[in-house]
Amino acid sequence: MSTVVKADSAVPAESAHPLARRRPLGDRAFALLALAAGLLVLVILILIVISTSQQASSWFSTEGWGIFAYNWNPGANQFGVLAFIYGTAVTAVIAVVIAVPVSIGIALLLTEVVPRRWARPIVYVVDLLAVVPSVVWGLWGILVFAPWANHIYGSIASGVNGIWVLGFLFGGNNISGASFFTAGLILAFMITPIVTSLSREVVATTPSIDKQGAYALGATRWEMIRGVVWPHSQGGVVGAVLLGLGRAMGETIAVALVIGSNPVITSHLFSPGYNMPAGIANLFGESSGVFRAALMGMGVLLFAFTIIINVIARGVVARSARRARGA
Amino acid sequence: MEQSEQDVVAKAEQNAAKEPLIRQPAAPVGTGNVIFDVRDMAVWYGSFKAVTDVTLPIYENEITAFIGSSGSGKSTVLRAFNRMNDLVPGARVDGEMYYRGANLYGSGVSPIAVRRRIGMVFQKPNPFPKSIYDNVAYGPRINGERNKKKLDEIVEQSLRAAALWDEVKNRLKMSGLSLSGGQAQRLCIARTIAVEPDVVLMDEPASALDPISTGAIEDLMKDLKSKYTIVIVTHNMQQATRVSDRTAFFYVLTDAKSDTRTGVLVEYGSTKQIFEDPRDSRTQAYVTGRMG
Amino acid sequence: MAVTSQPQAEPQKADLREPPSWRRTKNQIMTVLMVVAFALTMIPLGFVLVTVIAKGASVISWSFLTSSIPPNVLPANVGGMGPAIAGTLVITALATVIAVPLGILGAIYINEYGGKGILARVIGFMSDVMTGVPSIIMGLFIFTLWTLHFQYSGLGGAFALACLMLPIVIRSSEEMLKLVPDSLRQGAYALGATKARVTMTVVLPAALGGIVSGALLAVARAAGETAPLLFTIGIVTSVNWNVFSGANTSLPSQIFLNASQPYTGAQARGWGAALTLIVIAFIFMISARLVTARYARYSS
Repeated sequence: MSTVVKADSAVPAESAHPLARRRPLGDRAFALLALAAGLLVLVILILIVISTSQQASSWFSTEGWGIFAYNWNPGANQFGVLAFIYGTAVTAVIAVVIAVPVSIGIALLLTEVVPRRWARPIVYVVDLLAVVPSVVWGLWGILVFAPWANHIYGSIASGVNGIWVLGFLFGGNNISGASFFTAGLILAFMITPIVTSLSREVVATTPSIDKQGAYALGATRWEMIRGVVWPHSQGGVVGAVLLGLGRAMGETIAVALVIGSNPVITSHLFSPGYNMPAGIANLFGESSGVFRAALMGMGVLLFAFTIIINVIARGVVARSARRARGA
Repeated sequence: MEQSEQDVVAKAEQNAAKEPLIRQPAAPVGTGNVIFDVRDMAVWYGSFKAVTDVTLPIYENEITAFIGSSGSGKSTVLRAFNRMNDLVPGARVDGEMYYRGANLYGSGVSPIAVRRRIGMVFQKPNPFPKSIYDNVAYGPRINGERNKKKLDEIVEQSLRAAALWDEVKNRLKMSGLSLSGGQAQRLCIARTIAVEPDVVLMDEPASALDPISTGAIEDLMKDLKSKYTIVIVTHNMQQATRVSDRTAFFYVLTDAKSDTRTGVLVEYGSTKQIFEDPRDSRTQAYVTGRMG
Repeated sequence: MAVTSQPQAEPQKADLREPPSWRRTKNQIMTVLMVVAFALTMIPLGFVLVTVIAKGASVISWSFLTSSIPPNVLPANVGGMGPAIAGTLVITALATVIAVPLGILGAIYINEYGGKGILARVIGFMSDVMTGVPSIIMGLFIFTLWTLHFQYSGLGGAFALACLMLPIVIRSSEEMLKLVPDSLRQGAYALGATKARVTMTVVLPAALGGIVSGALLAVARAAGETAPLLFTIGIVTSVNWNVFSGANTSLPSQIFLNASQPYTGAQARGWGAALTLIVIAFIFMISARLVTARYARYSS
C-alpha cells in the first residue's frame, strides 16, 4: 500500500519556504478533491438504490408480494415477474455450466502445460472474445446463429422427447433458435475471458515447492494438478465463477436479442423465454405508469441480486488470496 | 578472514592448480551393493554448466552426504538422481547414471517410474493442503491403491516409521498445514516412504528446522537406513559427521575468463576419512571451516 | 551416452519403464481436453469475426460512414451510419472526459491518501462491486435522475457511460499507482514537496503509461455499450453534434435497432455498423497494449 507519510510531516517546520508554516491551501484542496472523487462511488451506488426504488414504488404498493407472482400480463394490469427471475437464473446457470469447465481448462493449460512463449498469444486470443461488444454478439446471435440453431434444436428435441432427463431439458413443443439455451450459450462466450483470467491468476499462485513435492512422489502432471493445484486454488476459482455468474446475470443486450421475448417458466431450454435485463431493455419504451414502475422494480431486484453475488464473490476471492499468501 | 587463513586458502588454490583437478576414488570405495553408479556426469542448464566431472558409486543401506559451499552443484546432482531436473526447461544431463544396472536417462525410461523408486524430501517442509491422512495416502492412491483398509495400514506404518504416529494418530483428519516445522517434515518423510521407495533423497532436510527437530530428523535417518538407501545434501558439517557413512565434497570452480562458476566433485570417501584425513587441500580447507 | 560395462551389481536390472497405461492415458486425455477447451473458444470467436467482416465489408464505403440513416425499408446501398458514428464519438468522448479524471482522482485517494483506513478499503471494495453492476442499471439510474427532467440528450448518455467507466478506471489506475516504488515518493518529500505536488508531479507521471492503457480499455468497453444509452439518448436519423441538447444515436443503439428488423437493408446496415464498432474497439485494445509495452514503466 502507499506510504503512511502524511503531507504535514513531509513539510518540516522551518522549510525552504519561510511562509509555509502550516499545510498549504492547495494541498488541502487537492486532498479534498481526491476524497470527493472516491466518495462519488458510494454516492452513486446509494443514489441508484434510492432513485430506482422510488420509481418502482407504485409497483411495490400495487402488487405487494404479488411482484413475485407468475402472472406477467401488462394488458390485464398484472405484473408478477417470477418468469423473468426464473429466466435470469436459468440463462446464468447455463452460461456458467458451459463456461466454467472451458475457462478452468484454459487456465490450467496456460499455467501448467504450455511453455512460457505460447502463453501470451493464447491469452490474446481469449481476450479477443471480450472485445466483441454485447450488441454484436446479439446481432450475430439472432441473424446467424438462431436460424441455424432452430434446425438443430428441432432435431434434438424430437429425438429426446420422452427420454427422462433429456426430454425434460431439451424436449418440448415450443422450439426456437431464440431461446433460453441460445442466450445462455452466448453468455458463456461473453464471460469466458473474465473467468479464465481470474482463474489463471489464482492457479498461478500455487507454490512451486508443493508441485515439486507431488512430482517427487512420481505423480503425472494431471495427478499433480488434482492433488496440489486444485486444493490450493479452489477458493479463488469459486470466486471467479461467482463473478462470472454475476456478469452473466446482468448482461442485457445480447440476451434481449436472442432470448425469444416470451415470459414463461418451463424446463425446456429450447423454448423462447425472458429474463430481467432483457425485459427491461425490450419493454421499457412502450411502458408507462405501473408497467414502467414494474420494469424499474425489476431493475431494483436485478441490482440487488448482482450486488449480493458480487460482494460474496469478492469476499471469497479476497479470503483465498489471503490464505494463499499466509500459507 | 584473518591473514593466516587467507594464506591457507591461497595455498590450497595453488596446490589445486598443481594437483589433478579431480580426485577419482582409486578403487571402489566400499564393498557393499552399488545402488547408483555415476560416471563422468555433468548437468547443464541451457548453455550454463552447473556441475561437471561427477563420478561416484552410492551404496545400499548407507547414508551418503553431499557437502560443499553453495553453488557447488550438490543439490543439482541430487536432483539428477530422481530426474527432478527434468522440470527445469533447458536442463540436460551428460555422462552416465545407472540405478541398479538400468540407465536412468535411457530412452523409454519414465521419470514417473523413477520417482516412485527414488523419493525426495525437500528443504522447506511442503505438506499438501490436505488432511494428514490424505497427505500420506496421496502416493499410494495415485499408484492405484483404493482399498480403505490397506490405505489405513499404509498410513499407520509410514507414520510410525517416520516417528510421527503417536503425535498425530488422533487427528489424522486435520490439515497437514497445521503441523509444526519438525512434524511437517516428518509428515513429508512419511509421505515419501508410503510409496515404498528404494532410495530416499534429502535436500537439506533439517536446515529450516529448530535444533530439537533437527535431532529428531537425524535419529529418524539412522533408523531408516536399514530399509532404505539415503543420500542427503547438507551444509551442516557436524550433521554430516553425525549421520553419514560416506561423504562427497563438492567445490565451485570459477573460470576467470568467462566468469562462470561450475561445481565439481573433488573428493569422495568414508565420512571418517573425509573429515579426519582429507586428501585434497580444498577438502581440508572446507572441513576445517576455513572456506565456504 | 554409450552403454558401458555394468558395475558389480545384482544381475537383475531395475525396471524403469512406463507406469501403468491407464495413468498415462488419463494424463494424456486431460491434456487433450485442456487444448480442446482453448479450441472451443476460438470457434465462436472465429464465426463472429468472419461473419461480421464478410457481411459488413460489403456495405462499408465512405458514403456509408457519412450518410444519414435511411428508413429501414430501404436497401443496403442507400444511406449509412454517419449519425451513429458521430454520436458514438461525441458521447464516448464526453463520458471519457467525465470519468477518467474522476477515476484517477479516486484511485489517488485510495492509494495515496487513504492509507490503511477503513474508508479507503470500503471505497476500493465498493468500486470492485460496482464494476459488476449491470450496465442497464446505470441507464435506469441516469434516466431517473436526468432524462426525466432534461429530456433525451447525448449528455445523459455520457453520464450513464461515465458511471460505467468510473469504477473500471479507478481499479486499473489504483493497480498502476500501487506499482510505483515508494522510494520515488520519499525522494520527492525529502526535497520539500507537498503531498499534492508529489502525487501530481512524480507519482502520476510514473504510473501514467499504465493508467492511460487502462483508460483506453475502459473507453473501448464504453464505446460498445448499448444498455446505458437505451433510455437516455433516444434515437435520431441525422447527425446531432450538439451533445448537450437533443436526442442522439450511437453505433450500438443502431445495431440493436436494426438487429430486430425484418428488412434486409436495415440488417445489412446493422452489419456495417457492427464492423465499424468492432474496428473501433479493436483499435482501442491494440492502442492499450502498445501504450503498455512502450510507456508503462512499472508493470506487474
